[in-house]
Amino acid sequence: MIAIIDYDMGNLRSVQKGFERAGHRCIVTRNPKDISNATHVVLPGVGAFKDCMDNLKNYGLVEPILNAIKSGKPFLGICLGLQLLFSEGEEFGIHKGLDVIKGRVVRFSPELRTPNSELLKIPHMGWNDIKIEKRPPALTDIADGSYFYFVHSYYVVPKDDGVIATKTNYGVEFVSSIWKGNIFACQFHPEKSQKLGLKILKNFGDIS
Amino acid sequence: MLTKRIIPCLDVKDGRVVKGISFVKLRDAGDPVECARAYEEQGADELVYLDITASHEKRNIMIGIVERTAAEVSMPLTVGGGIRTLEDIKELLHAGADKVSINTAAIEDPEFVKRASERFGSQCIVVAIDAKKREAKWDMADTSNMGETFKYYTPSQAALVPAWDVYTHGGRKNRGIDAVLWAKKVEGLGAGEILLTSMDKDGTKEGYDLDLTFNISQTVSIPVIASGGAGQLEHLYLAFTEGKADAVLAASIFHFGEFTIPQAKRFLKEKGINIRVET
Repeated sequence: MIAIIDYDMGNLRSVQKGFERAGHRCIVTRNPKDISNATHVVLPGVGAFKDCMDNLKNYGLVEPILNAIKSGKPFLGICLGLQLLFSEGEEFGIHKGLDVIKGRVVRFSPELRTPNSELLKIPHMGWNDIKIEKRPPALTDIADGSYFYFVHSYYVVPKDDGVIATKTNYGVEFVSSIWKGNIFACQFHPEKSQKLGLKILKNFGDIS
Repeated sequence: MLTKRIIPCLDVKDGRVVKGISFVKLRDAGDPVECARAYEEQGADELVYLDITASHEKRNIMIGIVERTAAEVSMPLTVGGGIRTLEDIKELLHAGADKVSINTAAIEDPEFVKRASERFGSQCIVVAIDAKKREAKWDMADTSNMGETFKYYTPSQAALVPAWDVYTHGGRKNRGIDAVLWAKKVEGLGAGEILLTSMDKDGTKEGYDLDLTFNISQTVSIPVIASGGAGQLEHLYLAFTEGKADAVLAASIFHFGEFTIPQAKRFLKEKGINIRVET
């Protein structure tokens, strides 16, 4: 059973239904027991970095998450669920994250331009392609250059390049997903990315 | 690189798609969820439901539709029409919408945009702007509420500068607000995207108002969706190249099978627009 962690940050219905469409059973929960019993754990999230960290703390979810990661079970972070894994975020001031992945979360510069020198819009919103650097199990049968749906104004900068799974270009080349042991976490939204997104959810649920 | 988006829009009244769609055979062409599924199948980049239900009691029908849609399609969904309170937004997001589009409520209380974006995040707050070109009758015009745009111009010069006013009530009510300034203002209040409809072009099939789209797109640094007037694939192309739009909204040209989404995407890709084509 896949546990999707609910900490009141954004709607989780799409993530849940996405897994169901991909043929996996899952529950949406904030009960630490469900998280420790689950075979797979998913940390989604939409909103501001600090609000999300605050909610994780208030619901007593930090320990259960860290334990799940330590236990070695497949762990998927989506969007803010990727960013929260990092040491610190700079959204509305510097805030500590879960510090599972060393590095920072920074804002897209308002100076970024397209190749023909038009200013880029922030948030980075829409479909962009990924360049696969390393292929984790979750990206099985996903072609290099596939498109996924993004909505974000901040991106992660890992200290160790070794964790980078994919990169994406938006005026700057940023890390669009990371892979470290049992953790796969992506900036894009597989649950909003039609067939290929569902393929990632299926792949993740298939990891045993 | 980020691709330009093509977004079909379904007008929904009392839970039914107005006029339905006919580009594929559906069991129930008036069911928004069936239409949404058909558009996902075609590889539309996002989907918009515009709720034009008049009676307040029937508004919660939309919640059920959004819930069913979220269960059956995996693509970004924006819902607009009649949203007035934070509770309205919460309900829709909770039901499975990714973004909500606010129009009249933002004009009547601009701070509502701020409260909504602070509470739910800018990324899910779209401000819809219905704009109509201003008649250049400067002898009679009241320029007092037009602000900065006009302070450098004498009235006779100002008549030569294209300008648009913000309208509500389906283009019947001029709110006396300059559309370009309004776009800038809602960006400052935390809007994450602008859905810009030309009331002059809407329904004409003559093409988008490129001047309007260009002016707004160059003024704000959030994405702009061009809407109103699409009749040919060339119009989509021009909205991106001349209008500098980030996305285009279209309804009838797709709903009734004049063009399919893949056809539009291939056309645009061949003309050099960066677009996602399903493989």
